[in-house]
Amino acid sequence: MSSHAATAHVEVGPGDPPHIHHMDSTTAYGAAKLGMWLFLGTEILLFAVMFCGFAVMRYMHLGEFHSASKQLDVWYGALNTAVLLFSSYTAALAVTAAQRGDNKRVVKLFGVSILCGGIFLVIKTIEYSGKYSHGMFPGGEHFHQFKNFLGFYFCMTGLHALHVIIGMVIMAWGAKKAMANRFSERYYTPIELGALYWHLVDLIWIYLFPLLYLVG
Amino acid sequence: MSHSKHAAHHPHIIEPKTTGIVLAILLVFTLITVWVAQIDFGYMNIIVAMGIATVKASLVIYFFMHGAHENKIVWMYILIPFILVAVMIGGIFTDDPFRSKPVPLQFGAAPVAEPAGHDAAAHH
Repeated sequence: MSSHAATAHVEVGPGDPPHIHHMDSTTAYGAAKLGMWLFLGTEILLFAVMFCGFAVMRYMHLGEFHSASKQLDVWYGALNTAVLLFSSYTAALAVTAAQRGDNKRVVKLFGVSILCGGIFLVIKTIEYSGKYSHGMFPGGEHFHQFKNFLGFYFCMTGLHALHVIIGMVIMAWGAKKAMANRFSERYYTPIELGALYWHLVDLIWIYLFPLLYLVG
Repeated sequence: MSHSKHAAHHPHIIEPKTTGIVLAILLVFTLITVWVAQIDFGYMNIIVAMGIATVKASLVIYFFMHGAHENKIVWMYILIPFILVAVMIGGIFTDDPFRSKPVPLQFGAAPVAEPAGHDAAAHH
């Protein structure tokens, strides 16, 4: 059907994998996924350093960490956990939809995940402003009392919130490609890798929530 | 238009029903985490909490992140960071509860106490 069929140039139709010169599309798919997991490993280790620092400081300031942890609202934390778990669920469904070539469904499901990311950030903002109004913000009058705990709290949740924002941008980019019917059962790598990143955001929160809100 | 090299792999699809069941289990585990935190297990508190978190993380990796269909090399990439984290965190948390009192951080040169009886032993 293509008038270019006679030329050496390989035509990439909608839903086809991009043409990569040095490997076939199956190899490219496997390599992309392996590379993504390697990157996710570095992300896990980035947060692990903070977890270790938290563990040491908690041990040295046990009393402070216990009372500071009580200053956080467990239900905000639990609600945010549920919101992120649900958004991970819709991201996983989006991958299934992409594998079936249902681009419209990918757009809808990634849209729900992005919306959940927004809800997460709104709840986080409510918590941050609550801390601010109680003087438990750097420079606040009660900050000194809980400075070791709050330092870790703001660094860890802040870095996590940055990852939420990046994840939302990645999913918006994936949804934009899906709007152009880019994906099919032959090619859905960006959707799968974008979803993997979003699951990592969820994964880190699964550990952050009990550590900061519950065991302190 | 369809090139033979494009048809090489078939996607491993995880059924939406399975994904839904996993979500329900994860939400139940979240409630269990909150509930179990009300009980005091002493220094085991953090181990219980991290244990439940690890069960949840495993479910996310296995089902949501398609770990179920990955090959051995990908699994190596998945597990090595977790093993490294477990070694680091495990080392710190097993060190904490068995010390009699916290050791403060000491910046600069800290005097090192000589072992008792050192001089006496030197005479013999």
